[in-house]
Amino acid sequence: MLDLIMRDILGTPAILVGLFALIGLMLQKKDVASVVSGTLKTIMGFVIIGAGAGVIIAALDIFGRMFDEAFSIRGVIPNNEAIVAVAQDAFGVETAMIMVFGMIMNIVLARFTPFKYIFLTGHHTLFMASLLAAILSVSGLDGVVLVAVGSVLLGLCMVLFPALLQPFVRQITGSDDFAVGHFGSLGYFVSGTIGKYAGNKEHSTEQIKVPKQLGFLRDTSVAVSLTMTLLFVVVALFAGPAFIESELSGGSNYIVFSVIQAITFAAGVYIVLAGVRMLIAEIVPAFKGIADKMVPNAKPALDCPTVFPFAPNAVIIGFLASFTAGLIAMFFLPLFGLAVIVPGLVPHFFTGATAGVFGNATGGRRGALLGAFANGLLISFLPALLLPLLGNLGFESTTFGDSDFALVGILISWIVSLFT
Amino acid sequence: MKKILVVCGNGLGSSFIMELNVKKALEQMGKEAEVSHTDIATARTEPADIYLGAKDIITTLDDGTRTIVALENVMDIEQIKAQLSDKL
Repeated sequence: MLDLIMRDILGTPAILVGLFALIGLMLQKKDVASVVSGTLKTIMGFVIIGAGAGVIIAALDIFGRMFDEAFSIRGVIPNNEAIVAVAQDAFGVETAMIMVFGMIMNIVLARFTPFKYIFLTGHHTLFMASLLAAILSVSGLDGVVLVAVGSVLLGLCMVLFPALLQPFVRQITGSDDFAVGHFGSLGYFVSGTIGKYAGNKEHSTEQIKVPKQLGFLRDTSVAVSLTMTLLFVVVALFAGPAFIESELSGGSNYIVFSVIQAITFAAGVYIVLAGVRMLIAEIVPAFKGIADKMVPNAKPALDCPTVFPFAPNAVIIGFLASFTAGLIAMFFLPLFGLAVIVPGLVPHFFTGATAGVFGNATGGRRGALLGAFANGLLISFLPALLLPLLGNLGFESTTFGDSDFALVGILISWIVSLFT
Repeated sequence: MKKILVVCGNGLGSSFIMELNVKKALEQMGKEAEVSHTDIATARTEPADIYLGAKDIITTLDDGTRTIVALENVMDIEQIKAQLSDKL
């Protein structure tokens, strides 16, 4: 009986997150129908993530082999959804535990320290929990100790990163109503700081005309399909039809095959996003409800696009500057003996755009441009440095995309190495 | 019962927060509506009475057939109430 509870019920991550959702719904005194549907949807969300992982891995594996054949080096596509979906297989239970106890730590820290932030970007909480589970496992921790250390660290991330950004957020929004809770903070902080010294905030990006046509890249599924198709086709041309048609595609045309694999990857990301959306749908409101009661004067820390409406031009400029830096960095990474980090439109769009808004708030046009460019370098070099620290996960041709994940992973590994 | 669909690029973070705020606004107005959130790609194929999102992104859904609500500040409950009052 104990074995059933410990190994099969609590050891099955999908059931575990379902239990958490169930407790959350009960605490909010929801009616029976909401409790049943909310619990089922949470479990289903977790299962959907696993299904998406299967789709992603198949396409990534082919990409990795093509890239290796073409250039004889490793090519890696940073994508949070992909790496987290892959990691659920090995670290699902630890991730779920760290996520929930990390949220509780966030509330405790907000209640008793001056850092009164409640981190409401649920998917990033999940991603950071996944990174911590992986890094701490590789560092040799397990069981209760791993969950305890991971939860404290996650709780700290959830208040310290928003606190770091708040002086800039006040400048951007002209108020102190909300904070930015998004684990690309290092890039935004660097961008805001560069803007302060290198630019002039009087020359705002919002005084110039920027073509609006790039707006369609805000659509994640379009952005992923487009980048992946370009990447796959370019790599396929270098790898050559002979290799692909004999080794990978079972004889079908190498370009057609590559396009389908690219769209398959994008479809996998779309599936994982749908799963994550369902998984966090019940957990975030419960967390927010409890936090509102426990920490009455807390600020909500929100996803990065909440600052986009304050400087729509900086969004486009920031994305372009960050992506340019990513393209340049791609050619320099092998010189340092690092894996090639292929710049993805999605991480560069979201974090580059946000870095642009931060840089513009402190240093206008030049701030947005230089700050976002620096962000682009960060999200190229940091993920490459993180890769060897992820253990077996690092062999999957994908890694975490945003700066804080890599920063936290690299710091933890370094601290652990001091003690071992 | 009207259906309000809240939209952002990924359908994860900011649309979720806006959904919570829209629900709060409806409660304060004493009105009822079905509210959910999703990404742009899905929003194109999902029917709803009102599509709501941040100003810089929701305009891509504006093809003349949809009722659109564009927000400057996604945390501004008063603005949400003002924009929704005549559409519900």
